[in-house]
Amino acid sequence: MLILNILLILSYWNFTMSIREKPLSPETQGWLRAHRWLIARRLTQVGVLALFLLGPVAGIRIIEGNLSASMTLDVLPLTDPFLLLQSMLSGSLPVMSGVIGALIVLVFYALVGGRVFCSWVCPINPVTDAAAWLRRRFDLRGNSALSRNLRYWLLGLALLFPPLTGVLVWEYINPVSMLHRGLIFGVGGAWTIILALFLFDLFIAKHGWCGRLCPMGVFYGLIGSGAIVRVRAAARERCNDCMDCFAICPEPQVIKPALKGAGEGVGPVILDRNCTNCGRCIEVCPEGVFRFATRLHNVS
Amino acid sequence: MATTKQSGITRRRMLGDLFKTACGVGLFGLGLGLYANRASSLPAHAIRPPGAIPEDDFNGACIRCGLCVRACPYDMLYLGQVGQDIPTGTPYFIARQKACEMCEDIPCVAACPTNALDHALTDIDDARMGLAVLVDQETCIAFLGLRCEVCYQVCPIKDAAITLDRQHNKRSGKHALFIPVVHSERCTGCGKCEQACILEQAAIKVLPQHLAKGELGRHYRLGWEQQAKSGGPLVSPDPEHRYNLPAGMEYDHAGEGLIEKGGTAVPFSDNPLDTLNQQGPLTE
Repeated sequence: MLILNILLILSYWNFTMSIREKPLSPETQGWLRAHRWLIARRLTQVGVLALFLLGPVAGIRIIEGNLSASMTLDVLPLTDPFLLLQSMLSGSLPVMSGVIGALIVLVFYALVGGRVFCSWVCPINPVTDAAAWLRRRFDLRGNSALSRNLRYWLLGLALLFPPLTGVLVWEYINPVSMLHRGLIFGVGGAWTIILALFLFDLFIAKHGWCGRLCPMGVFYGLIGSGAIVRVRAAARERCNDCMDCFAICPEPQVIKPALKGAGEGVGPVILDRNCTNCGRCIEVCPEGVFRFATRLHNVS
Repeated sequence: MATTKQSGITRRRMLGDLFKTACGVGLFGLGLGLYANRASSLPAHAIRPPGAIPEDDFNGACIRCGLCVRACPYDMLYLGQVGQDIPTGTPYFIARQKACEMCEDIPCVAACPTNALDHALTDIDDARMGLAVLVDQETCIAFLGLRCEVCYQVCPIKDAAITLDRQHNKRSGKHALFIPVVHSERCTGCGKCEQACILEQAAIKVLPQHLAKGELGRHYRLGWEQQAKSGGPLVSPDPEHRYNLPAGMEYDHAGEGLIEKGGTAVPFSDNPLDTLNQQGPLTE
C-alpha cells in the first residue's frame, strides 16, 4: 500500500514537474492531463483494494487483513494508529507488531500529509467524490450549516468512548473501516450505511462526511500537521479569480490563505492540515497556479 | 463602547454555538453509546478464537482487522457483519459448522496486532474458548443406551477433556450406559464435539464459560480435600463405621453383596448345579 503510494506519487511528481513549465488550460491540456492526479488517486485506491482482495479472491497472499491492521508479505505490519490508540485507551496493552505497524503509518503520513490517507487510500473517498461530482453536475445547492469543526468534536467523542465504556464504540458506525472490511470480508448490511452517507453528502451537506464529520480524517489531519509534501500556490500572481480551485476543492477554506495571502505576507504553501493533497486544484487551474512542493521555502 | 458591545455579542454567540454543538454531540454520543451497549453482546452460539480475552475487554482491544481470520489455516473464523447479532467486525466461529482445529503454533493469536487474542497463550491446550456441555440428556443417544461415543472419539484431548463414564442402564436392567462427561479443567471449547454430534441438533454444545460454569460459594470447603490436605480428621476422629447386617452375614470383598460369615468370597461355586439346588426343590 505504502510502496505503491510512494511510487505513484513520485512518478506523477516527476511527470508534473516536467510539464509544469507552461501553464495550460484544461481545454488545451487534454483530458488525461487535466485529470492526471485524479487518475493517479483512483489507481491508488483501486490498487490498494486489489492488493487486499488478491488473497481472498485469487489466493495470492500479499497483504492480509484490512486497513485497520495488515501484514504485507509476512514482514511489514501496518496498523491504523487511530484504531490502535482507541484500543489502548480501552485499557488493552499493545503488541509489538501492532505498535511498529502504527509507527510506520504515523511516520509515512506525517511526511506526505495525514489526509493523503483520505484522498488516496480511503475507500469512502470515491463515494463522497461521486456525491460532490453529482452536486456540481446537477448544480445541487442544498447545504446544511454543519461546522467543519464538528469533526474535532466527534474525534473527541470517538476517543472518549474507549476509556469510558471499554468498547471501540466508533467502530460500530465507522463507515471507513466498515466499507473496506466489508469489501474484503463480506459487506453484510454495511452498504446501507454507505448509501446513507452518499445521500447525506449529495442532498444534505456538501462535503458533509469527509469535510465536516469524519473523526478519522481529522485524526490523520492532525498527524500530518507538519507534513513535508504540500500543495504550493507557486504562481499565485497569475490567479485570475476564476474560482475553479475553490469549486473543486473538498476543503476550500485551506486555499485562500496561500493563494490570496501575498499582501499579508503569508507564504504560498497550503499549510492547513486539512488539505488532503488530492491535487485537484493543480489540474483544474487554467493558469497553472498550483503544484506539489514541500513546505520548505515558504516564500514567494 | 462599540467594540465592547461587539465583542460581547461575539462572545455570546460563540458560547451559544459552543453549547449548541456540545449538546448535539452529547445527544449523538448518548445514542451511539446506548446502541453500542446493545451491539456489544455476543450471542452464545458465536465462539471467540483461542486466547480471546474476556468479552468486555475484547470489544475494546480488538481493532477488527481480520488478521486472525486470514491466519487460520482452516478458514473457520469469520468477522461479524453489520446486521448480524455479532459485534461488527469482530472474529468468531460457529462450532457446529466448523470447529477450531487447535493448531499447535496458534497462528491466529500470533497474527493479532493487539492483545485481543492474548499473546501469553502459547499452549493451545490452555485455551478456553468456551466449555462443552452435554445440554440434552433426553436426546443424547448415549443416555438412550447406544454406544455412540462420537464426541468422545473426536475430542483432541480425549480421556482428559471428555471421558466416558459407565453407568447402569436402569431401563434394560442389564446393560451399561457410556456417558460422555466433560471436564472443565481440560476442555478448551474447541467445539469438535459439537460439530461431530450425530444428532440433528447437537446434544453437546460449546457455551461461553460464564453460561456453562457454576461457581461454589467462596467459603465452601470440600471436607475430603481438607482432610487429605491436613492428613487426618479436622475436628474429631471419625467414629468407626458400623453396619447392622443380618446375623451371620458380612459384605463380600468388593462391597457389593452379602455373604455368609466365613463363606467364600465368590457366592457361586464352580458347579452350576449348586446354584440350581440352592433354589430348593421345584414345586407345583
